Amino acid sequence: MTGCDPIFERNVPGSTEILSRATVGIAGCGGLGSNTAMLLARAGVGRLILADHDVVEPSNLNRQHFFRSDIGRPKVEALADHLRAVNPALELDLRREELAPDSVAKVFAAADLLIEAFDRADRKRWLIEAWCRAFPDRPIVAASGVSGAGNTAAMRVRSAGNIHVVGDERSDMSAGLCAPRVAMAAAMEANVAIELLIAAGEKS
Amino acid sequence: MITINNRDKLEWREGMTVQDVLDEMGYDYALITVTIGGTLVPEDEYNTRAVPDGAEVGVFHLAHGG
Repeated sequence: MTGCDPIFERNVPGSTEILSRATVGIAGCGGLGSNTAMLLARAGVGRLILADHDVVEPSNLNRQHFFRSDIGRPKVEALADHLRAVNPALELDLRREELAPDSVAKVFAAADLLIEAFDRADRKRWLIEAWCRAFPDRPIVAASGVSGAGNTAAMRVRSAGNIHVVGDERSDMSAGLCAPRVAMAAAMEANVAIELLIAAGEKS
Repeated sequence: MITINNRDKLEWREGMTVQDVLDEMGYDYALITVTIGGTLVPEDEYNTRAVPDGAEVGVFHLAHGG
């Protein structure tokens, strides 16, 4: 059981037991998803459902949690190895498939919460719609506006109901993608997710 | 009166749709997500979904990148 692992000794008191029972879905394992997954694993989330159909490419390494030795490997498999290297007890459900609006409910049926970690805005939109349609009472944490460098203070989180959006909601990837800003958005997604999971766990 | 993003106010009128609110507020981003009272409005209902008086409308811009 993850709660007994000494790696969690410095966790926020009371959080480890709650997070160890949680299942988080991660739609996309690129810049947002790979970094969010690592943070959730370190925080002690017990189970992750990782969905991505891509393989690791050299251009991913400027911001995604992969290494040169991962190039050519399916992202879900490479990421699973890195996550298990931190926490071998982490339960992983790997879905190497291209998500579609009609597969969201099935792939993430067991998820208490979904992390939106796509790159294209049109995909972000249908994912939010599909999730809210299937699970209106479960939260989704999305990211929008994570591009460029600097502009740190523009990063924020806004919420409406069970929809939470981090980022500046403005910068577009035509500005280029830089590790700190993407990782910052990923960390914000993970932080919001953990806050929601702890709050829900304390209520139940 | 309608409140948008906990900040902007818009005079309500009978029959006002989500698309009317977006047009009047000048939200011209190609990709957005809209909520009324915290509940998502599907994109294909923007032209038909009536916004009630006093509604709290949320508009999120979705930008590429990840």
